Amino acid sequence: MAGSSIMETLFQRTLDDIIKGLRLQLIGESAFISKAMEEIRREIKSTDPHTKSTALQKLTYFNSVHGLDMSWAAFHVVEVIGSSRFAHKKIGYLAASQSFHDGTDVMLLITNQLRKDLTSTNEFEVSLALECLSRIATLDLARDLTPEIFTLLSSSKNLVRKKAIGVILRVFGVYPDAVRVCFKRLVENLESPDPQMVSATVGVFCELASKDPGSYLPLAPEFYKILVDSKNNWILIKVMKIFAKLVQLEPRLAKRVVEPICEHMARTGAKSLMFECVRTIVTSLAEYESAVKHAVVKIRELLIDDDPNLKYLGLQALSIVASKHLWAVLENKEVVIKSLSDADPNIKLESLRLVMAMVSDSNVSEISRVLVNYALKSDPEFCNEILGSILSTCGRNFYEKIIDFDWYVSLLGEMSRIPHCQKGEEVENQFIDIGMRVKDVRPELVRVARDLLIDPALLGNPFLNRILSAAAWVSGEYVEFSKNPFELMEALLQPRTSLLPPSIRAVYIHSAFKVLIFCLHSYFFQRKTIASSSLSSNDLAQGVSDSVSVRESPKGSGSATCEAPANELDGGFNPRIPSQLSKDIPTGNGDEMIVTHGQTSSFASLEKNSFTEDSISNLLNLIEMALGPLSVSHEIELQERARNILGFIELIKQEIPGSLDQGEGNFEREQLKASEVINVMRDAFSKELGPVSISAQERVPVPDGLMLNENLCDLEKICGDVQLPSTSSFSLGTPHSKEKIGVSLLNLQSKEESEPSTESTSLLAEHRKRHGLYYLSSEKNEISSTDYPPANEMKLQDDLHDDAEDLVKLTEQSLVPKKKPNHAKPRPVVVRLDEGDEVSIVAKKPDSKDDLLSGAVRDVLFGNEAIPTSSQRNPSDKSSSKRKGKEKVNIDLPSELKENLGDEEKPDLGNPSSRRSKHRTHGKERRHRSPGKNDEEREENVQKEKQKSSHRHGRHKARQRADGPLNVVAQAAVIPDFLL
Amino acid sequence: MIRAVIVMNNQGKPRLSKFYDFQPVEKQQELIRCVYEVLRTRAENMSNFIQANSIFGPDAWLVYKNYATLYFIFVFDSSENELAMLDLMQVFVETLDKCLSNACELDIVFNFSKVGKGLKCNHAGPKINDLVAQLIAHDFLSELLSELNCLLVELLGFCIFLASNLI
Repeated sequence: MAGSSIMETLFQRTLDDIIKGLRLQLIGESAFISKAMEEIRREIKSTDPHTKSTALQKLTYFNSVHGLDMSWAAFHVVEVIGSSRFAHKKIGYLAASQSFHDGTDVMLLITNQLRKDLTSTNEFEVSLALECLSRIATLDLARDLTPEIFTLLSSSKNLVRKKAIGVILRVFGVYPDAVRVCFKRLVENLESPDPQMVSATVGVFCELASKDPGSYLPLAPEFYKILVDSKNNWILIKVMKIFAKLVQLEPRLAKRVVEPICEHMARTGAKSLMFECVRTIVTSLAEYESAVKHAVVKIRELLIDDDPNLKYLGLQALSIVASKHLWAVLENKEVVIKSLSDADPNIKLESLRLVMAMVSDSNVSEISRVLVNYALKSDPEFCNEILGSILSTCGRNFYEKIIDFDWYVSLLGEMSRIPHCQKGEEVENQFIDIGMRVKDVRPELVRVARDLLIDPALLGNPFLNRILSAAAWVSGEYVEFSKNPFELMEALLQPRTSLLPPSIRAVYIHSAFKVLIFCLHSYFFQRKTIASSSLSSNDLAQGVSDSVSVRESPKGSGSATCEAPANELDGGFNPRIPSQLSKDIPTGNGDEMIVTHGQTSSFASLEKNSFTEDSISNLLNLIEMALGPLSVSHEIELQERARNILGFIELIKQEIPGSLDQGEGNFEREQLKASEVINVMRDAFSKELGPVSISAQERVPVPDGLMLNENLCDLEKICGDVQLPSTSSFSLGTPHSKEKIGVSLLNLQSKEESEPSTESTSLLAEHRKRHGLYYLSSEKNEISSTDYPPANEMKLQDDLHDDAEDLVKLTEQSLVPKKKPNHAKPRPVVVRLDEGDEVSIVAKKPDSKDDLLSGAVRDVLFGNEAIPTSSQRNPSDKSSSKRKGKEKVNIDLPSELKENLGDEEKPDLGNPSSRRSKHRTHGKERRHRSPGKNDEEREENVQKEKQKSSHRHGRHKARQRADGPLNVVAQAAVIPDFLL
Repeated sequence: MIRAVIVMNNQGKPRLSKFYDFQPVEKQQELIRCVYEVLRTRAENMSNFIQANSIFGPDAWLVYKNYATLYFIFVFDSSENELAMLDLMQVFVETLDKCLSNACELDIVFNFSKVGKGLKCNHAGPKINDLVAQLIAHDFLSELLSELNCLLVELLGFCIFLASNLI
């Protein structure tokens, strides 16, 4: 046995051999590794510690660099740690810290070994154990080893003490009760003369405070002292980070620290410290104007530096300032805009963010124009960043920055055509959202949508699908604003739509349906007016509006016969009209129309498009041709919709020839039937859709007998093969952005409700039910095909080639905060409802672990002196207290303490005279007091506490403070006193 | 705190990796790959900081530096100063350079344990960078010394062991 182990030892390959062999690559890497692993598996079982540890070292190497699993060797790791030789131990600890985790089951086996090493006289062994513990400590380990760590915290050897301080962070994290034992010593280390200790301790506090700053407010005086006295940049940076957190909780601290921080900022030559000062000032001390001014000067220095790192950090700091001090950004706008064309994507992004921060309602269009042009020349990734930030900035808070919606809508259209655009979803949402919220922009919206739909090239780009679906929906929903419905229909049914995914094609078909209804209605209406105006008006103008008689055709379109009835219809069916139109209307009527929702119908282009028999039958043929094949489609949505339309055409076709061929007498009757059907359909589409509140569904009570928790597995069997439509493809029913319910549109709807609701409404309801998601009811309104002049020209392809210099020049003008240029027209109404507007901010609760930890810290800092933990062998107990007898009772104290955190100190405060002399009995007292009693006393104690705080707080020593109970309630008042 | 230290070459092969939060090996390899994918796209003369939230979860920053064929990468969170991290990395590399006399990739490959050692004392306590820059080298040497001592003791022990076996 001995012989074989010698042989093994002598001929074992060391780590170096392995690495060299690996480099030689004689047999290929993976083969080599698997061979080496075989060796390792054999060697690691050896009884010889040297062989074993070398094998483990090799394994650790493979684990670290080649990612091989080593969890199977956990037990061997424990064995190697137990070796008496330092070199072996070292290998073992390295392996443990690399491979052990909370779920490792042999973890408990190393507790004793760790304890032995922690109490070893060899400082290197101790530090090995500490290093390992800091990586792998679990609740059990931490609980069992806290006493040893406590002892090491005041070790005379710097190396050990420093590492013990580091370990504390992990121990506190997994075992909050350790705070009661170790916290005092940790705080003592803050005042150590050795900068290494201070640095380690401040580091720990920085980590702790980043999770729960509030608990460490009482330590502010110590930190302040360090901030003023320390010369070590590393420590100063950490202290500043702590203060950045504390100041946000205690504004009075700010007054004290702002001065030293500014001093450091002015004095230091180290960029890292300077930047930390700047960051602290701009994040936490932004109210101090002069400090911010100094900081901005420093930021400028960073910005003009050649080092991209400094530039990047400068931009970052600037974007923090931007929210509160926009002037700082404007001062540096030149640099910011130049950085847009930097080679470094970080810098570009950061400057883009800053540019967007400068956007206001007066310059939004110029900036967006410049950025969109710039996006055209950027790489795809950055291009999309630009588009995304334009969309989110403009869309923020219900488009508050947008005044000219016509412009914005055409910008959306333009963005969609940018080759790299991948922001389809956002554009889609905004398209529909604007359509629903902003009535006045609908004509332009329809125009933009038409331009998108009509371009066959766009159909092939999958990123544009979503946009096209929105465009199709918009043009179907608001078809009455369309200049040429026939052209629209052709666009919707063009052959290349077969490139679209079915869900979007379904939207196309449905929109085509809407357009069809619109055309038919217009056609019949025209016929009727020609045939007999009185009849048609009786038939159609059911929901008579007050304004009917007053109105006249706004355009004076020339087809005199159609004027009167047109207007009657108008009132009845609430067609929509853009505001520009109302300007054209003779003044007398204009007023009237604003009263009736500023809506009227335009027949301006009626004669142009005139819905003749030919055109209608062409239209019908076109639809039949295009949709015929789809009626046997495998896509259920397509098939269903196509069949709906075809069926409808079937129905209408029977009527139309009759109506065309018959003489006057018959016309009435036949016409009646056809137009009734169409009216019904038109009614179905005429309900205006409004934005839906995100909480709307919650307000619907759950009907009786509806079992929401019932198992639906049966249903699954039935529906398993049905492909569900992707819910995202159309988002009207779903609250896609935080929207409100469109209640404001109710008045519109109520009018429509006065129209005769025939049996077909129930049919419709059924249809609606069946189609759930896709049912896009829309106003299929009558004749109005409008020819509004487009609000502004949107051909943008002209200036696509300006480079960074132009960029600077252009934006320079636009970024100057103008004093509100007078807008050509007032901002249109954007529908928004107050209710449900606020995005509920869910205050994120710290997780329970943090709660425990901060609870413990508060306990220690604000009140009781360290209470020994449940650990029975706590050596600190011997030295620091004589409470051994009480330990047992104290075991369950922590939780109790946490519960009555606010209460427990009060009793002490009630009799402050005994406070210092009776520490030892506090625990007992507290236990005997019932919480109820504490509650009663609370009020007056708070008063007393406040009076007393000034006496007590002259003292600085943390130890004393930890002894003398501080009141949590009075905590806020306490801190500044320390600092004074 | 520092969450990870990675040294890899410019082909994405890890030369050294330390994750201060436990990560399963597969995850480690994946993270290293992700980091490499990000780094390879970055040209020279760009800033050395990258927001790494997409790779390492919330509040993660990454500072890297390219020395010859090696990338040195530190992953850290908002309680560290970016520039200080850069300095620390510089010190780390300088220390390596000193200890391995003119460090190159091969040295790091061949001196895995030593480099790991240097890193360990960089963070006395795993996550805390408590060392003042100048002190790192000193610490490193002291550890090396201790190693040497142990080696001597071991040699002695081995001789005795051999002797006892031969006798």
